[in-house]
Amino acid sequence: MIQPATSDLITVTIDGREVSVPKGTNMIEAARRVGVDVPHYCYHSKLSVVGNCRMCLVETGMPAVDPATKAPVIDPATGKQRVNWGPRPAIACATNAMPGLHVRTTSPLVKDCREGVMEFLLVNHPLDCPICDQAGECKLQEQSAGYGRGYSRYIEQKNVKPKRTLLGPRVMLDDERCILCSRCIRFCKEIAKDDVLGFTDRGSYTTLTCYPGRRLEGNYSLNTVDICPVGALTSTDFRFKMRVWFLKQTPSIDAESSAGANTLLWSREGVVYRITPRQNDAVNDTWMADSGRALYKAIRGDGRLDCARVNGAESALDLAVKAAAELLLRGGAAVVGSGRSSVEEQFLTRKLAVALKAKAWLVSRVGEGDRILVSADRNPNVRGALVTGLVDALPSGRLDALGALIDSGSVTSVVSMGEDLAAAGLSAAQLARVSVIYLGTHANATSAAAKVVISTLTVFEKHGTFINQQFRIQRFARAVPGPAGATDDLVALSRLLGAVGRPIATADVGALWTAIASEVPALAMMSYGNIPDTGLQVDGTPWAGLPFAEGPGLHYSPAAPAGKEASRG
Amino acid sequence: MPAPEQYRMIFRHIDEPGYSNDLACYVRNGGYEVLRRAVKRRPEELVDEVKRSGLLGRGGAGFPCGVKWTLLDRRSGKPVYLIVNADESEPGTFKDRYIIHQDPHQLIEGIMITCFANKVERAFIYIRGEFPQGARILEKAIAEARAANFAGPDILGTGYGCEIYVHRGAGAYICGEETGLIESLEGKRPYPRIKPPYYPAVLGLYQCPTIVNNVETLCHVKHIADMGGEAFSKIGTLNNTGTRIYCVSGHVQRPGYYEFALGKITLGQLLYEVCGGPLPGRKFKAVIPGGSSAKVLRFGERFRGKRKVGVEMVEYDWGVEDIPLDFASLATAGSMGGSGGVIVMDDSVSMVEALGNINAFYAHESCGQCTPCREGSLWMKKITARMVHGEARAEDGALLKSVADQIAGRTICAFGEACAWPTQSFVAKFGDEFKAYAQAKKETGAREAPELV
Repeated sequence: MIQPATSDLITVTIDGREVSVPKGTNMIEAARRVGVDVPHYCYHSKLSVVGNCRMCLVETGMPAVDPATKAPVIDPATGKQRVNWGPRPAIACATNAMPGLHVRTTSPLVKDCREGVMEFLLVNHPLDCPICDQAGECKLQEQSAGYGRGYSRYIEQKNVKPKRTLLGPRVMLDDERCILCSRCIRFCKEIAKDDVLGFTDRGSYTTLTCYPGRRLEGNYSLNTVDICPVGALTSTDFRFKMRVWFLKQTPSIDAESSAGANTLLWSREGVVYRITPRQNDAVNDTWMADSGRALYKAIRGDGRLDCARVNGAESALDLAVKAAAELLLRGGAAVVGSGRSSVEEQFLTRKLAVALKAKAWLVSRVGEGDRILVSADRNPNVRGALVTGLVDALPSGRLDALGALIDSGSVTSVVSMGEDLAAAGLSAAQLARVSVIYLGTHANATSAAAKVVISTLTVFEKHGTFINQQFRIQRFARAVPGPAGATDDLVALSRLLGAVGRPIATADVGALWTAIASEVPALAMMSYGNIPDTGLQVDGTPWAGLPFAEGPGLHYSPAAPAGKEASRG
Repeated sequence: MPAPEQYRMIFRHIDEPGYSNDLACYVRNGGYEVLRRAVKRRPEELVDEVKRSGLLGRGGAGFPCGVKWTLLDRRSGKPVYLIVNADESEPGTFKDRYIIHQDPHQLIEGIMITCFANKVERAFIYIRGEFPQGARILEKAIAEARAANFAGPDILGTGYGCEIYVHRGAGAYICGEETGLIESLEGKRPYPRIKPPYYPAVLGLYQCPTIVNNVETLCHVKHIADMGGEAFSKIGTLNNTGTRIYCVSGHVQRPGYYEFALGKITLGQLLYEVCGGPLPGRKFKAVIPGGSSAKVLRFGERFRGKRKVGVEMVEYDWGVEDIPLDFASLATAGSMGGSGGVIVMDDSVSMVEALGNINAFYAHESCGQCTPCREGSLWMKKITARMVHGEARAEDGALLKSVADQIAGRTICAFGEACAWPTQSFVAKFGDEFKAYAQAKKETGAREAPELV
């Protein structure tokens, strides 16, 4: 959050503790700052306030003043100004900071309000926690334990509503579990701009449904599952796969585009089960695209390379590195780096290119931006390649110039950092003319044509950093180990560097940063350890003039939007 | 003390033989003369007249009309709208219906004066879906008024223009709640808005400042502009000025609508003298004085204490029959004037079954937006329905009260109180009947149980 100017701060008192908050802050957020939990369901910090769950009812009051003299009324017992408490409880989510506002969150009335709302929410709830995917991360469970009465007075029949309604390809709805908080409806309307959800019927029979003839199938549909406070909306992909309390959470970055949404990888015993967004108010708020959540499937996808190969035969890593070095040291080498490599890998790739006196190339991947969190540049880290000096201009989508050099015979060996050279425009004949050294995770035409293949790790299996479209450097961490036979990219690159006569001291990502900080001007003074979980802004002005592909998106507007549309809020 | 004569101001021509709802008849009877005079005055003067009159809103809440008008946000520069709340849905209330059906031009004249006074150029009449005939009559009346330049682009040659539109609801009680009405008028589900920040006077229709007034209130505005605020404030009692239409339904000899000066008639005078008392051989048991959401009064209970009349504190000792029918006195007695629908129940009525009926209504009409009302209203309905169908328990009364207590004061709109107050008051005043109902049911048998939806 941007630090506000002090003049805009308003002091409120919550449970006797004073806190200064920016103008416009509501009492749920203000209470959070003093460590007070105000339970809520419908309120979401990134959505409009509707105040329909009534769980956040608190008592509010203003300091008493004498109506005639306007002088403060002092309570003789405490010596402090008396507080006039309002006759009715107020919802904290719609109560914004006012000078002198007092809030009570623990009084008997507030306790009674919470118990009442909890009881009401549960009377028509199926209470099928044992078979519900939300169990363990369910606000209804948490808050009924925290604020409910613990017993039921309800002996009537519960309402019957539709079960197992497929709202779209990725989202399943159980209407009986729904507490009608309308978060999903507001998300679709306000963030995804795809207003397909709504309520039909009324009263307690109100039912969440899709607009007739439409489906919840936009690329942001799974965010509704994330923000659903109960088990009403579940992911068809994750449903019934694993209990959430068994899962380990690892912070990561969405590698599908340069937007760089912050994510959490949920894994257990070496298997990733799902990817969800991680809050970063400067990048993705609390959202991410559905497409980025499916990326973990590549870990166990078809064609995963699981050992080093020399001329097609399985090989030990040492022998493969030796064979690669021999090919490269003959001269006429080229290095094809990748916008999907981490900053650290790009740093070492550059060192390799320098060692081989080779030109470094990069392949761009440009698609349509969706104006939210999938940017036009589908490489997550082109800016990393610029910042580390691997390349000094924006890449093109094809390697035709490299092809010409191959045709002319001036390039005889190519190192590819996971890029499919055939897809980038090199013909089979050109690939056959050169010795290809391929470091990558999955098999493709290039790996098939390569003399040396070193299998490496996906973004889920290693540590590193990406620099996103905002020039924000963000870390990702290893959630699961790679397959046996795969080598960390940094290890593979450092071995190659050693084999071509330029050994480096370490392949450890943390230690490598000592070298990065001293050699890369834009990253000076940084270290891997002190990059916060939400990233750090890098000065991108040296590259401000480049014609980047990205259009406006969430929290991003292009630097030089000549003729492009204005950014969204 | 004999009951006073009816003071027919709004209902002057209702049921008058030969009086029709067309423009010619209205003009023949002096119609639109007040508008003619009003548009020659400064709008601010008219607002002052209404403020001086002390007119309280007749929709149910009894909010001072002049104050409502002055709360309008004039600094935003946005257009100001007038919405006429003709969504008369409160059970037991049937006054606006007769104004619309028999004297629509009185309403239109009131609307035009209000619009002129508040510089409004668009007025919307939101009429409940169950009044198709009323909507047709209003459409015709507006067309007539427009043709005669009482409405439209250039009213009476003054250069001031105002259009009136009729919008029909689709059959939902919640559309009578002003912010729910606004949402509905905007074409959305009628979910009432949270206040703050969405006060209609500031962020109303299309987020513009908006006045929402009841049909009867706007008719009063016509009479205030006619006789002056000072003269209007002399009718009725202090702070409860003007006349009021009481819609009496239920177990009386002569149910119907009666207009009296506010506070000049007591509940007993109305029921015994005006309405002819209970049916032969019966006794009054309970009365709901202000529409079904008002708290019930039990015949035989007494109200004692001191109340403020003007600046003085006056002692009072009332039976139900002695309560003057004005906003303040009914509030003193723990109920409310509400919409003026007086529902009378005699000793043939089981209070459990009566409450079951009311609860079925509120459970059906709860919009479902906020939790306490949505779940609480249906739960209360399920309890009373179960009791009525022969499975009552002695503790159900206490449970009902506890559920109702968890609703009132904790919801987005006043529907929370509307659905909780009947249960709270029925159980508080007829608790014995609720306790004994299980036994009584066994004796009478389930056969007589009314069918509750």
